[in-house]
Amino acid sequence: MRLEKIKQALSSLAVTDEIEVVKTIPAPPAAEGEEQAKPTEVKEKVPQLMLFTPDYAKKGFHLDVKVASADVVQAAQLLIDQEFFLEAITGVDWIKEGQIEVVYDFNHWQTLCRVVIRTRTDRSQPEVPTISAIYSGANWHERETHDFFGVNFTGHPDLSPLLLPEDADYHPLLKDFTA
Amino acid sequence: MSLDVIDKSLETFVLNLGPQHPATHGVLRVKLTMDGEYIVHAEPVLGYIHRMHEKMGENRTWAQFMPNTGRLDYLAALSYNHGYALAAERAEGIEVPERAEYIRCITVELNRIASHLLWFGAFVLDLGGFTPLLYAFDDREQILDLLESVTGARLTFCYFRFGGVYNDIDDNFITGSREFIKRLRSRMPMYHDLVSKNIILIKRLKDIGPISQEMCRRYGATGPVLRGSGVNFDVRKHEPYSVYPEFDFDIPVYTEGDSMARYMVRMDEMEQSMRIIEQGLAKLPEGPVMAAKAPKILKPAKGDYYAAVEAARGSFGIRLVSDGTNTPYRLKLRSPTFSNLSLFSEACRGMILPDALALMGTLDLVIPEIDR
Repeated sequence: MRLEKIKQALSSLAVTDEIEVVKTIPAPPAAEGEEQAKPTEVKEKVPQLMLFTPDYAKKGFHLDVKVASADVVQAAQLLIDQEFFLEAITGVDWIKEGQIEVVYDFNHWQTLCRVVIRTRTDRSQPEVPTISAIYSGANWHERETHDFFGVNFTGHPDLSPLLLPEDADYHPLLKDFTA
Repeated sequence: MSLDVIDKSLETFVLNLGPQHPATHGVLRVKLTMDGEYIVHAEPVLGYIHRMHEKMGENRTWAQFMPNTGRLDYLAALSYNHGYALAAERAEGIEVPERAEYIRCITVELNRIASHLLWFGAFVLDLGGFTPLLYAFDDREQILDLLESVTGARLTFCYFRFGGVYNDIDDNFITGSREFIKRLRSRMPMYHDLVSKNIILIKRLKDIGPISQEMCRRYGATGPVLRGSGVNFDVRKHEPYSVYPEFDFDIPVYTEGDSMARYMVRMDEMEQSMRIIEQGLAKLPEGPVMAAKAPKILKPAKGDYYAAVEAARGSFGIRLVSDGTNTPYRLKLRSPTFSNLSLFSEACRGMILPDALALMGTLDLVIPEIDR
């Protein structure tokens, strides 16, 4: 019930990505006396709405939504309206794709419903709007993510290093970081 | 008792609390802007013992990271072992034998009592009462001896394995645990008489340091802080893991939201943990303590995984991102006290300093876990 409600609310924000799927095309039936040809496999790009309800027992969360960076604030507003609380914010460096993913974990006090909001931003100039005006706790989580990944949370009141030294100009969780 | 400080143009001064102040229990620094005795603004300064556990996780195999989890919250390290083991087992799809699950719950609950006892002693010490600390440490020492006999460590445990636990418990541990529960039960009324009903303590805590539910939601506070504000949220009941559904226990909830409520939640939780241990020891099944087919080297399928446990201080979560190799691609540690401390700045505004320190005490901070 809770899941359906939030899923519906977030579905308008979910982005549609082109994902690669492998399709198998069966070979035409062989003529008499000939050997059966093998089916051919082709990679195809198909549009896919990035909103999933994974198997909770396997994954540990109920709803996984990818939104555009600009829509993060709106998504946070939808979640707080339905009384979700923020567990954590973190990043993942996808260096091969040249992107940084920012992941938001939400949960609910009354009904178990873990919602994951994720967004991707360009690795060379990572920028995501802040949600600290909605979730006050996001202030520190975003500062930490800025420390570790260099993500610039636009509109954040104070992005000075939280866990790193005050003069730190490096971002240790980037995959190309060397001490 | 708190006053709103409105006029910031009044003469204020900056007071530095910590990083080596006994009331911060570790190396936490708080920059306080004071108007006389009243706090205008408080800014916690973190990172004094930041060790970058999350990067270490990316540079070692799944199993090699287990000792790190014992070094986050050094007062209730087994919960962190448990959280990490659950996350990795979920990713790899490992089944844990029932006996091992029971042993996990029993040892984690013992560890929770030890953590709460230390908090109790140190918290009353913060408020100026020295004696309870000596009693609480005496009790806690019994638990550490018990846990040492099975895990080999007294503080930084690395007892759980993917697929079970490293060592089976023996009869000495079982009888020892039963005796300890008997002993602690007989001492709890003394603690309540000596401390909980003490008029000085009540005056210091009652109606002081209110934290509302709405504030908890915005900051993501969990654990006794949240339950002291009247929200019945405990991961053990909310998102049952291991064999917790097999146990009959209650979640203490107080609705006042003041420092006293958070104090009472922790005192009551010790009794509930004792109930879980008793039931666990009575129901303890025979069998192996390690899954027979647990792989030595983990290579979970690509993807994200999340697992959460109720640690002594709130909901501890682990987010794993696997790329299918024998090391995690990304390993995020969601620390409960990080979120709990983040509300301190807002909650203590307008309070007098000694009350703010009492409020900070009820947050039950463990700095290595905040800094990671």
